[in-house]
Parts: sequence; structure tokens; C-alpha cells
Amino acid sequence: MPLIENGRIGEDAWSFIPDGEPVPNDRPVIISYERWQSDRASFDGRNARLGVRLKSGTLAGAIAPDLDRFALVALEFPKFRDGRGFSTARELRERYGYTGEIRAVGHVIPDQYQFLVRTGFTSVEAPEGTNPTSWANALSEITVAFQPSLDETEPLSLLRRNLGLAG
Amino acid sequence: MPSPDGTLHAITANRLRDGVVVFLAAGGAWVESFADAALLTKAEAEPALAAAKAQADGDQFGVDVYAFEVERADGTAQPVKMRERIRALGPSVRLDLGKQAAA
Amino acid sequence: MNHIAPGARAGIYHYDAIDRRFVGERVEQFRKQVDRRLAGELTEEEFKPIRLMNGLYLQLHAYMLRIAVPYGVMSAVQLRKLAEIGRTYDKGYGHFTTRQNLQYNWIKLEDTPAILNALADVDMHALQTSGNCVRNVTTDQFVGAAKDEVVDGRVYAEILRQWTTLHPEFTYLPRKFKIAISGAVSDRAAVRVHDVGLLARRNEAGEAGFTFYVGGGLGRSPFIGKLVREWVAEEDFVAYLEAILRVYNQYGRRDNIYKARIKILVHELGLEKFKAEVEEEFARLRGPKYRLDPAIVAEIRTHFAPPPFEELPETSEALARAKAENPAFANWVAVNVAEHKAPGYAIATISLKPPGGIPGDATCDQMDLIADLAERYSFGELRVSHVQNIVLAHVKQDDLFALWQQLDAAGLGTANAGLIGDIIACPGLDYCALANARSIPLAQALSARFADPVRQRTIGELGIKISGCINACGHHHVGAIGILGVDKKGTEFYQITVGGDPTLTTAIGDILGPALTEEETVDAIEAIVEVYLAHRTEGERFLDTLARVGHGPFKERIYAAD
Repeated sequence: MPLIENGRIGEDAWSFIPDGEPVPNDRPVIISYERWQSDRASFDGRNARLGVRLKSGTLAGAIAPDLDRFALVALEFPKFRDGRGFSTARELRERYGYTGEIRAVGHVIPDQYQFLVRTGFTSVEAPEGTNPTSWANALSEITVAFQPSLDETEPLSLLRRNLGLAG
Repeated sequence: MPSPDGTLHAITANRLRDGVVVFLAAGGAWVESFADAALLTKAEAEPALAAAKAQADGDQFGVDVYAFEVERADGTAQPVKMRERIRALGPSVRLDLGKQAAA
Repeated sequence: MNHIAPGARAGIYHYDAIDRRFVGERVEQFRKQVDRRLAGELTEEEFKPIRLMNGLYLQLHAYMLRIAVPYGVMSAVQLRKLAEIGRTYDKGYGHFTTRQNLQYNWIKLEDTPAILNALADVDMHALQTSGNCVRNVTTDQFVGAAKDEVVDGRVYAEILRQWTTLHPEFTYLPRKFKIAISGAVSDRAAVRVHDVGLLARRNEAGEAGFTFYVGGGLGRSPFIGKLVREWVAEEDFVAYLEAILRVYNQYGRRDNIYKARIKILVHELGLEKFKAEVEEEFARLRGPKYRLDPAIVAEIRTHFAPPPFEELPETSEALARAKAENPAFANWVAVNVAEHKAPGYAIATISLKPPGGIPGDATCDQMDLIADLAERYSFGELRVSHVQNIVLAHVKQDDLFALWQQLDAAGLGTANAGLIGDIIACPGLDYCALANARSIPLAQALSARFADPVRQRTIGELGIKISGCINACGHHHVGAIGILGVDKKGTEFYQITVGGDPTLTTAIGDILGPALTEEETVDAIEAIVEVYLAHRTEGERFLDTLARVGHGPFKERIYAAD
């Protein structure tokens, strides 16, 4: 599936390994949070990068103690209307100080891309056949924001601010 | 032709580009007047609805495609439910508006 | 874009270049989204939340576009633009809603970007008037004018309008989210039946702060908002709301649309647990990033500076004379005019509830007239109330007679504000895709039945509120008399509740008995009124009598006869 990063289709170095299938040790893989819970000892001593995939009902606090083990956290959107992931990403960044990649997976639409970036996501797994232009446009269509967000750290000194014009 | 239990069905949607209420006519065209709607038996309505949905979706023509019940009284057909009567005619409190006004 | 600045003196928020660019970009974004939908790139399932966030619903006959009137306040120039849009793109009228907004009923999807563009010309939009996001914030329709005002709610409502606009984290909430603010002693904004209800107050030092009620709401399961925090300082205003919304977004139910509102979360989690979650988030969020800088508040307050009131005597001799000479005018003043904080001024309510009329509907010609009158008599500014009337907030008492004459000539002089004829009714099955029964015909029959102004005043304060389905857009739960339309095997029936109260003494009405037909309902309401008049003691409102005598006499009169 196409991976969207910085408004473009990018290379995906990661692969998701479904529960039950063997986990390769020589390349970056994403495993489910459930697998992590049951088999965590099996990942001790692993050198290749590890990512974890959270269902939308699993909140940031669940994975917080183990965040230093993961170079990537994938947050699942079962439906694009289920917006829990926006809060989870924000909690991962703001509350738990996570600096690795946060990826949106599942059902996400280009119209949400700017919100994803502003709440701390770094990449999005888009559906096959998606229109890359729509993703690219999504980051530039709106250049004003009314709240502080993860992509800028200014205090709420002005409610209205220009996005992407300062830096 | 009426089915044995006398219940007929018509198929309706709202046109995507303007929201106007439309009805499926005999032959598969969409029409704006309930008077021109095809009246189908239950057996006919099911496949017709599936086909109409697929067509309306595929062509970006209509949304909310569904079938509703129709009864015949004194030779004229009318929707059984108040909701569908209001959709077919217009607001009951503004007789100057909607399809009823055009008639 | 040919921008028309709203009247310079109107007490409304003026867009600057940044606001204007934002709204312009948002219109263009929606134009592209419509194109993508028409081209099939977006499915209806994907497009629906997007169009809803731009105020566009699909109703029975066409699309319905709901225009945001931020906290119900607008300028004459804006109202005139709404009239123009109604003529050009709709059918010459609009409907003012209980959310202080305006909706058009006959809109085409393909016209919507052009309409939004026209709105942007006068600093308006339809953003977040629907969808599972924070909706248009509502407030007291007398804000900035009421004699009992403590804090000007417009300032904070505007801050919330900005802060919630395309909030990246809270645009896909479990369900819609409604906030109301009242800054006066009397609650005219029904704060405790909102997801978040705010009472703006002052502490002993004179600083503004807020009492937070959370988890109120009507609909299928009505709840009265629970006190979550007695005092939130102004600088923590945004941080505390952010904390509430974050808890809601994470824990609110998403498995059942009927259980997704925050009221259910508060109920299921329990008030103490909910408070603890919010406090934990708040403790973390509180800090420089989310601090509401007093400079911002001061800047926004400049938009709502009082209009240049003349120095006038407390009372007007011209008004007294006109009242003495014209009993119909005197009656209108007694019923529709409220006290103003500035001497010699008054607040006039323009009733959109003529006997037999459609509550909240106004023709575009009436909108133009009201815009003219607002310019002539009220500094070019007007308000929409949550009871679906229009308010001219700053009228010189000397001008009231001239104002009334012009209103009366246009069918807008009905004297029934707060009385039995001032009925709230949702659009019901005549327009709404969710409704089970019609609301408007019942409102029409009732307002015609009680048309006599003398009788209305004799009955006194008594709100009837009608909803055509359990979603309760007509606020029936908090009507002194509430009416809920239900469908029984294809026939419309109406269930009567009594004892509801939207003010700070909030109460949800009790069902009086089995549902009745439309005709029976009108007779039953009349019977309720007769029982009340027979039982009431000097000065007792309907709600007081009901509380004293109970349901018994009312039930007996309506149901025992069968």
C-alpha cells in the first residue's frame, strides 16, 4: 500500500507481520500490540527495528512504558470517522515524549492529512489507487490554524496563526 | 401489476448534484414526478433496487436509494407513509413549494 | 473576493486578513471536495462527514445548508446577504434554529461552494454547524445589553469559535459537541442542557472565570449537566476545555451512536471518575502553551466594545405617551421589550411566531426589513435567540414606537415573547429526514388557538416546545409543556410532557400520559391551561402551580374523561 510522507508517496521500509507468522530478524517489522503483550520476551536482543500497531481502542498509556523499544507506532483507524488516533498520537508526543515515527493505518482519507500531521503523525498508509495529488494538496490547502499543535510549539499567544510561513 | 397482498413498491433517491427527489421509472430512467414512478411488486422491487443502487452509486447520480410502499386508492397510487407522501409532494405546511407547487 | 465590511459599529467580530484568508481557503477546499465527490473519488460515506462539517445535510426535499451565526450575533449587512442568498439559491425564505443559526431548505450541492463564497464576502461561513465536531457556540441573546449581565459571553464564545475551528484533534469526535455560555444572572442560554455549559462569573477580585457543567443534553436520553468545576480561571479556559474534549475523544463510546454523546460517558464513568480524568489532563495541559493570554482576551474584547450610546434619561416620556395612546403597542412593550443596561435604551424581541405561522421562518423580504430596522434603531446589529426569534439589542426607548409600527406593518409585531404563542418547533417531518412526525402543523394550530393577546398575557410565562422525533431539536424535554411527535403505524401521535425548565433550575419534563392525535393534543394543551388557571394562586407561573398541585389534576382532566 502506498505510504504517504511529507505530502508525497514514499518508500516503505516497514512491513506488518500478522500474528502467528514468524517475525524476521533482519529488517524493520511492525507487530501487533497483542503480540507484544504475549511474546515480548521473544524480542529481547533484537537488533532490527521494531514497530507496534495499536487498535483504536488501545490508548497511549498502554504502550507508554515500552516506548523506548519501538522505532514506530502505528495507530489503526478502523473507520476514518473514528478519531481516537488523533488523541493517541498527541498523547504519545506530548505526554510521553515519543519521538519515533507515528503512522496512521487503516481507513484514513486525504482530507484528514493535515489533522494527522498537526497531532503528531509522521506517515500514513493510504489505500491502493489513492490519488497522490489529493494528499499533496491536503497539506497546502489551509494555511491558517487556530490552535497550537505538534508541528509548532508556540504558546497560545495568538489564536490565529499562519501555518508553515514562520519557518 | 399488484402483488397478491396488494402492496406495491416504488424506488426513490435524492439526486447527488442538487438533492432533488427522484423516482425510478419503468425502463430504469430516473424521473422527478412520483406519477411517473414504476410501481413494482415485492419480488420485482428487490432486484430493481439492487440494480438502481449500483447504477446510482457507479454514475455518481443519486444517494440514499431505497424502496417504499405504495397503495392504490380510487385508482391513484400514493405512498403509504406520510414521510414518502411529503417527499413526493413537498412540505405540507407550504403548498406553494416543492413538487406539489409545480403541478 | 469583493469583501464588504460589516457595519463599522456593529458589536460583532470583524475578520482581519488572516481570518479572511482562512475562510477563503476553506471554501476552495470544499469546492475541490465537491468536485472529487461528483467525480467519484470520494464515496458518499467519505463525503458525508465532510459536507456536514460545512453545514450541508441531505433532507427530504433537497440539501439543507445551515449557516453559522456565531453566538447568534450578526450585522445588518450580514442579514441582508443571507436574504440575498435565500433569493438566489433557495426559495425566498430561511429558518432560524434553536442553535441560533439560519438554515435554507432547498439547496443544491453544486451551488454550495458559490454560496459559501457569498457568505465569506460578509465574514460568514457554515463551518461546524453539523458533524461530530464542536458546533457553533451559543450564548444569551441579550449578551452585551442585559441589565443583569456580569461577563460578556461574546468574548469567550469568539475565543471558542476560533479555538475549535478545524481543531486537528477534535474534528472526528464520537458525536457532536455543543457548548453554551451564559454571563448573566438569568440563564437565557439553557446552559445545563449542553455538552458543556458555562456560567461566566466574576470572583471577589472582579476577575472573570467559569463554572463548568458537563454532560447535559436532550435527545433520546436527556441529562442535566453536572457541575464539574466551580471555578476555572480565565487563563485556564482553553486548557480546561481541551482536557474535557481529550477525555471525551479517548473514552467516549463509538460502538453505538445513541450512546456516544459526552452525557453518556459522564453517566457511565461516574462524575467523580470523569472529573479525575479531566483534572489529570488539565494538570498536564495547564502551562504556557495553553494559557489564554489576557492580551488575546483584551484584543477580542475590543471587537465587542459597547456601541456609542447617547446619554439619555432612565425612562422615556415619548414611550410613556405612546403606550398610553396605543394599547396594542403597550402590550408589545410589556411582553417583548426587556431592560437594557444603558439608561434610555431597551432590548426588543421580534417574534417570528405569528399566530398560525411557522416558528422561526422569515422571508427574505422580512430579513431585509429587519436589517434596515437594525441599522436605523440598533447600531446595525441583531441577534438570533435560541427560541427562534430575532433581537434588536440596543433600541432607544424613544424609538420603540416607530420600530413597532414598522414591524407590525410587516407582520412582525406579534407580542408573545416568552408566552404560550412563542413556541419552539423543529422543522419536523415536513423537511427533516430524521423526523417521525410533523411539528409545524401542531405549532400552527396551537398558536392560532391561543392567538388572543389578552388571553396569552393572562396565561403568562409558559413555553411550549415541540420536537418531531426523539433527537429533540425542538427541546421538548425542557418545555413547560413539551410535545414529542411519534409515529404509530403510519399515523402521527404526540406525547405531552410537563414541568420542563431550560433555565438554571433545569428540569426534564414528565410524560403526562399516552400519546394523542394532533387534534386531541391541541385540546389537551388547552385543558392543561384551563386546569392551571383554575388552580393557580396570585403570581404563580405554570411551573409553580404544577410543582404545587402535581400532575393529578392535569392527568385527570385530559385522560379521565375517556
